[in-house]
Amino acid sequence: MDQPNNKRFGMVIDLDKCTGCGACMVACMAENNVPFREDDTDKLLSIAWMRVYRLKNGKSFPQAEECFLPRPCQHCEGHHGHSPCVSVCPATATDYDMQTGIVSQVPTRCFGCRYCMAACPYHVRQFNWWDPVWPDGMERSLNPDVSVRMRGIVEKCSFCYHRYQRALDKAYAEGRRDLKEHEYQTACTQACPAGAITFGDLNNPAHAVHKLAQPDMAHEGQSRNPKAFRLLERLGTNTKIYYLSSKEWVRKAGDTAVQKA
Amino acid sequence: MEEPKANVTSSGSEHGEKEDGAGGPIILFFILGLIASLLIGWVAFPPLLYSQKKQPIDFNHALHNGLVDNGCESCHFFREDGTYSGVPKLAQCIECHEEPNGEDPEEVKFVEEYVKNEREVPWLVYSRQPACVFFSHAAHVKNAQMKCESCHGPIGESESLKPYQQNRITGYSRDIWGENILGVKRHSWDRMKMDDCAECHAASGFSGGSVQTEKDGCLVCHK
Repeated sequence: MDQPNNKRFGMVIDLDKCTGCGACMVACMAENNVPFREDDTDKLLSIAWMRVYRLKNGKSFPQAEECFLPRPCQHCEGHHGHSPCVSVCPATATDYDMQTGIVSQVPTRCFGCRYCMAACPYHVRQFNWWDPVWPDGMERSLNPDVSVRMRGIVEKCSFCYHRYQRALDKAYAEGRRDLKEHEYQTACTQACPAGAITFGDLNNPAHAVHKLAQPDMAHEGQSRNPKAFRLLERLGTNTKIYYLSSKEWVRKAGDTAVQKA
Repeated sequence: MEEPKANVTSSGSEHGEKEDGAGGPIILFFILGLIASLLIGWVAFPPLLYSQKKQPIDFNHALHNGLVDNGCESCHFFREDGTYSGVPKLAQCIECHEEPNGEDPEEVKFVEEYVKNEREVPWLVYSRQPACVFFSHAAHVKNAQMKCESCHGPIGESESLKPYQQNRITGYSRDIWGENILGVKRHSWDRMKMDDCAECHAASGFSGGSVQTEKDGCLVCHK
């Protein structure tokens, strides 16, 4: 399973560049046929594969600072692909692919027990409480490469896997087997007006993500970049989303889920 | 099931009790019932399960195959971006069939009803997969160099289109489940179920990356 030509797709998100505009969230919803309702204010019930969080340093006026943190699925590798959600799924609806490093979610296999949602430390998994209802005419603009999910199942970010397959199709038609870096990019990466998101193969030293994240594979992908951190790194989830920040309080915030008040 | 058996053994003996002779009719009734159920299940039900639909035009693949120079890909072509065109659109047919080329009634019908009215032909696609399936023709035909026949059979040699059989419950074509109601498979193109894809993927020696199944990753074929 561990082969030298395996890919490990991952992302580097530069929080110094992120303005919190939410373009990544919109692009993701449009790309992946994510359902929404007229009143989506209750974030426990609404669905977003990519969600932008606001972090605060908790200080008052002159020192007050805030930072936006976009959070797609972290695509945890854990130890040899045993990410938290994959380990608990009783239906084999979610799986880790060693060849791409992508945690898959197959809607037709999921029966909605939501065990994975409980297991995920990042709240990336979302539950369909209702069947999707699209505003009149909008069903014509749905993406045919992504199936629409029904009520009662869990969904999450797939790193736009369908874009990977479309890119491969083009490469095959041209007689190639390998993709160039720009050929496979996620919707959020391309939508970010600040260029805060970088996407690519973490295993490929020529890719920008590898240069930014500088993953140390001997230590479960820990970054050698002093500006970089991963969310809840101490859990050993070995995620493939690296965040960059020049501010120490932001870097600390990524790993202090249980902070004493 | 214990009781009839006891009756059978005791019916012939002198020590037989009151229910002597009742076992025979019960077994007969059971056997008749079983035969009737099997007949209903294997003979009567399958034709009821599938509705038969006629294709709008009876297309002759063999005739066209003899006239084009690039085999199947002459009409079922790949676009530049690697996507597959599938069943040809009217615009392609018009390149040759703006007017009837011969006297075949099917061709005349095609020109009169569809070409003249600029209406797309509502072809029924035998190999249409459920919406949750991702299938890449480029990966199979361009990358793996597979032949069209491996999955679609010798359809290029057929002179007329067979009726499209639609499963009344699922709405899918019978070609997905296969003609044989027993599920017996003689050719690689007899069925198009997930197991048939998986069988070939396993036989081709792909080392799958899936942690749970040790086969291919789920998203390779599912979406």
